[in-house]
Amino acid sequence: MSAGHTHALYVHGDSRLHALPAHVKLVALLIVIVAVVATPRERVGVFAAHAAVIIVAAAGAHLSPRFIGGRLLIGAPFLAFAFLLPFVGGGDRVVVGALSLSVGGLWGAWSVLVKGTLALAASVVVTATTPVPALLAGLGRLRVPVVITEIAGFMVRYLEVIAGEMHRAKVAMAARGYQPRWAWQGTALATSAGALFIRSHERGERVYDAMLSRGYQGRLPQPDATAATPADWVRALALPLCAAAAAALAVIR
Amino acid sequence: MHIPDGFINLATSAGAGVTAAGGLGAVLHRVRTTLSERQIPLAGLAAAFIFVVQMLNFPVAAGTSGHLLGGALVAILLGPWVGAIVISVVLLLQALLFADGGVSALGLNVVNMALIGVFVAWLVFRLLTALLPKTGAALVGAAAVASWVSVVAASGGFVLEYAWGGTGNAAVSTVFAAMVGVHALIGIGEGLITASVLTAVLAVRPDLVYGARLLGVRRAVVVRADRRATATFVLAGIAAALLLVVVVAPHASSSPDGLERVASDHGFVGTGQTSAAAGSPLAHYSVGGVPDAGVGTILAGAIGLVLTFAVGALVLHISARRGASRSTDDAVRR
Repeated sequence: MSAGHTHALYVHGDSRLHALPAHVKLVALLIVIVAVVATPRERVGVFAAHAAVIIVAAAGAHLSPRFIGGRLLIGAPFLAFAFLLPFVGGGDRVVVGALSLSVGGLWGAWSVLVKGTLALAASVVVTATTPVPALLAGLGRLRVPVVITEIAGFMVRYLEVIAGEMHRAKVAMAARGYQPRWAWQGTALATSAGALFIRSHERGERVYDAMLSRGYQGRLPQPDATAATPADWVRALALPLCAAAAAALAVIR
Repeated sequence: MHIPDGFINLATSAGAGVTAAGGLGAVLHRVRTTLSERQIPLAGLAAAFIFVVQMLNFPVAAGTSGHLLGGALVAILLGPWVGAIVISVVLLLQALLFADGGVSALGLNVVNMALIGVFVAWLVFRLLTALLPKTGAALVGAAAVASWVSVVAASGGFVLEYAWGGTGNAAVSTVFAAMVGVHALIGIGEGLITASVLTAVLAVRPDLVYGARLLGVRRAVVVRADRRATATFVLAGIAAALLLVVVVAPHASSSPDGLERVASDHGFVGTGQTSAAAGSPLAHYSVGGVPDAGVGTILAGAIGLVLTFAVGALVLHISARRGASRSTDDAVRR
């Protein structure tokens, strides 16, 4: 089992951001996202400040703009709804070329786009600098129940194994000339999915037996989650608190 | 269905976060006595299974595809309690690691998909199986209907959250018609896939299906999906989708109920009263040039349904491509 200790978003490195304890980074992430979401959408300048905070953090973690940009594109389909809003929004309308767009809808689209993108960029910076076991241990330190973090740990560890089995089933199907295009041909895929569930379950049983044979007594060894020093907190929260202050000022005035 | 950050305002997101934490806390408390240490790796593998099945794109028509949400499937395979935990774990990791759904919107997504999605499915499943004979075919049929209701209920959860704290400026009735209408169609696919997957598992290992153990259903070989039952299910789903869009959606705005009042108190623009796109041909849900108001309304609803379905299919098509590239990206680790 060499897989599962990193994930698709992780970038190996030795920056200060990589070295910070995971739970501190998670708290910092939450502060930045709350600040971004709370900022009134008309305060364009404040969003620029939030973007600056995220860019400084990304630069500090030696993450290239190209990497962050690529990751943001992954989230793009979820923001597709934003492009509908100018057409279906109510209130005053403005004519742009041949289109009649709702002013409120345009603001709504801007708000969804900018907030969604900035929050995503912030979480990309944190997940790119934190390996999964540390992330899960960090969640544990933030009082997420151990049942949740342990199930999540098993999920991440075996995700590729299960995905690989599904992939092989699809390859086998394609090799035999079957590539379903229509809904009524989906039964073959669903049957593979059923077989996949049985295989996942049986693998889970084998994993448990293997754990027992290695002396499992009901608790997994916890990875030594590094405790955070006051200096860690200061270093991690300095930038997010700037974003929070900017958002707070924007809300008050 | 995964809500990104900034789509719903902070107060509503926080409220949903508290609701999600409370609901999950109750589920964990309930499960503490029954969830043995043995089940933790099994639940983890089940979560990986659900994640993979969500990446698996089922064909819809001519190259478009959709994927399973899985609320009803986990409820019937694993039971509602473990099922809700498994879906929550999947949502947590999707938000943190895979940029699927916002971190601040995690509470909203857990409420819609893990709590509403799983428990509504389970309620419907239990109700139907109590009425139907205890056979494999009845179990699969009940699962299909439960999946449909669960997907529609989850989208209804989204509409409620949007009415409370949506930042989009679209009228609640528009969002209702778009979300619930499209999901009433997606629910048909969800029901068919859930039924097929359950059929496959019941044929080999019925002992693994929580719902079957509960009902005492043993080996159930449903060799081929009953065509008449499938057709009835699909047609009933389409009829229900039309009914929701044409009859229910207009009422989502025209009655100034408590929800709307609260929404406008919170600064949500009262677009419910001034209908969206007042100048458009679909204004007030009647087609211009059609004299009979009733027929016009139904036509407008139907056109809206087709439009929203087209947009939904487009979005699904784009995300399916993304999903395909992502799955190979994840599966083949450098």
